[in-house]
Amino acid sequence: MKKTFKLDGLDCANCASKIERAIKNIDGVSSATVNFMTAKIIIEGDDSKFDNITAKMKEIVKKHEPDVVVRAV
Amino acid sequence: MARHRKHIIKITSGAVIYALGIIWHPDNFYISLAIFLSAYIIIGGDVLFRAIRNIFRGEVFDENFLMSIATIGAFAIGEYTEGVAVMLFYQIGDLLQSYAVNKSRKSIAALMDIRPDYANVRRDTGDIERVDPDSLAVGDIIVIKPGERIPLDSTVIEGTSAIDTSALTGESLPRDVGAGDELLSGCININGVITARVTKEFGESTVNRILDLVENASSKKSNSENFITKFARYYTPAVVITAVLLAVLPPILIAGESFTEWIYRALIFLVISCPCALVISIPLSFFGGIGGASRQGILVKGSNYLEALASAETVVFDKTGTLTKGEFNVTSVTPHGITEDELLELVAHAEGYSSHPISQSLVKAYSGQIDLSRVSDVESIPGRGIMARVDGKQIAAGNAGLMEMLGISYHARTDGNLGTVVYVAVDMAFAGSILISDEIKQDAKKAISELRGAGVRKTVMLTGDTDVIGGRVAGELGIDKVYAGLLPDGKVARLEELIKEKSPRGKLVFIGDGINDAPVLARADIGIAMGGLGSDAAIEAADIVIMTDEPSKVASAIKISKKTLCIVKENIAIALGTKGAVLTLGAIGFASMWAAVFADVGVAIIAILNASRMLRVKTDK
Repeated sequence: MKKTFKLDGLDCANCASKIERAIKNIDGVSSATVNFMTAKIIIEGDDSKFDNITAKMKEIVKKHEPDVVVRAV
Repeated sequence: MARHRKHIIKITSGAVIYALGIIWHPDNFYISLAIFLSAYIIIGGDVLFRAIRNIFRGEVFDENFLMSIATIGAFAIGEYTEGVAVMLFYQIGDLLQSYAVNKSRKSIAALMDIRPDYANVRRDTGDIERVDPDSLAVGDIIVIKPGERIPLDSTVIEGTSAIDTSALTGESLPRDVGAGDELLSGCININGVITARVTKEFGESTVNRILDLVENASSKKSNSENFITKFARYYTPAVVITAVLLAVLPPILIAGESFTEWIYRALIFLVISCPCALVISIPLSFFGGIGGASRQGILVKGSNYLEALASAETVVFDKTGTLTKGEFNVTSVTPHGITEDELLELVAHAEGYSSHPISQSLVKAYSGQIDLSRVSDVESIPGRGIMARVDGKQIAAGNAGLMEMLGISYHARTDGNLGTVVYVAVDMAFAGSILISDEIKQDAKKAISELRGAGVRKTVMLTGDTDVIGGRVAGELGIDKVYAGLLPDGKVARLEELIKEKSPRGKLVFIGDGINDAPVLARADIGIAMGGLGSDAAIEAADIVIMTDEPSKVASAIKISKKTLCIVKENIAIALGTKGAVLTLGAIGFASMWAAVFADVGVAIIAILNASRMLRVKTDK
């Protein structure tokens, strides 16, 4: 399953790449791309683990960029 | 934005206190310290807070933390003014960076502002209602007024108008449409009211597909971007570790060296340790390049393709539909015993029932109306031609084989190798011949010469046509090499040879119409499909799609790519050069913290400004 999320308020490009790297390491994620310019993240991963992936992804974003708001699109 | 305003107020009031401290310069040490400390906390309080929070979260090489250490360190060795200044400029820089990023995001959004906001749907009752285009289904009837954007791909059922397609194609000349014509979403209706039937849902409509494509293009990252992200991963720890060594080792190892001096040098390192300038400016340049290209009707499906295009060395064209129009036209009529008009009239009628491209071109060449009631006894002779009775006369039209089969003596054309020849006989007597050939596109010659200007070393043409036709087209256009008589799989094999022949760093670009050449498009380093407007297959198969059918856009794409790459390289050079210089000068004691702030924030802003040049790509408009 492939899902896109918007990262509102993503200002720091370096953080974006750190976030991308961390999300790629979540169990069940097959690919993750943070697009800094459109402030979007596209995650592809196991259907069964997706809820867990989403929760972990939000945690990671919070850790790197506490001011960023994640919303599904 | 409210967040920014609060931030600005904080920074400004901190800056005022800071300025006060410098001007007033109280003699009392404690008063002075108190002023600078309060300025520091007002300005950088949030940085300190985030630094502490992130340490607990296990993020050590975080820029907040590094800035905090650098500034606290400055205070610790008694450099209050510099401590506050570093924090102040860091915050201002951060703010400017965020402003610049927002601004470029907005200007790209403006570039891509082709999304229709609403559709006027006509209900069965005849009422017209304004709705979200997304809510409409295939078959719904929509009304498009002058000045409105076409909301969904549709077919005109009533009305005529001129359509401005420039948002999709970069083409400034409006296109006339009438009943039966296709409308593509995203274009603007200029003057007439049109009623149309929706043919594709919004999600599948041209405008939505294009926006999706461009938005997602920067997800496919370029090599430069990957390199910089990787570089950034090692850069920060390396600089920080050097800073620690610099602070500790010299004072211990070298007699007479003071800790204060070396700690100061180490702090300079910490200030420069964030790679932000680099990391931010590269996706920005690529996104700008992709946005600018799409404005000219060139859709690039990934930053990586835009990057690769700059090193295009061999450009391979498919002939039919790419360099030539792919439609057959009568180019020469040689009547024998009757007039040219009579000949065309008879042949056009004889071929009137056929849908074969050659027949169609003959019908098109006839200036009058075809009256099929004049035609009877149509018989097609496979591989040879057609026989029919027109106005009672027995007409035979076909190749030399047909004439020979019927035992009619004919004048063979000398220019017959340039296209397809139709020999005509009326009542078993030779009546003339007609030459039909494919026309070269108007801008094809310009396309080839511009490619050479853009640094392409070799141009090649592949075609399924004969050597003679291929050779003539190539000669006329100035193409270096032609491979003719190729079947589709032969094209792939040829392309593989060409890939082997080029230099290892150069790229091979293939341009086709995306219909029959999907395997070739896929095999090339960069596959470009042409005439993508309305053709889903082409958009799917290619790495770059040219929305119009102009081959000269290939050179434009290469130019945009080169400009983007140039900006990217400039930014890498400026950022690495400045940082490297300040690091070196700092280590040997010639740079101050001020220089370090410039190398960090100043360079980031210069890089962003440089990257935003990409957003100002000229359009045809």
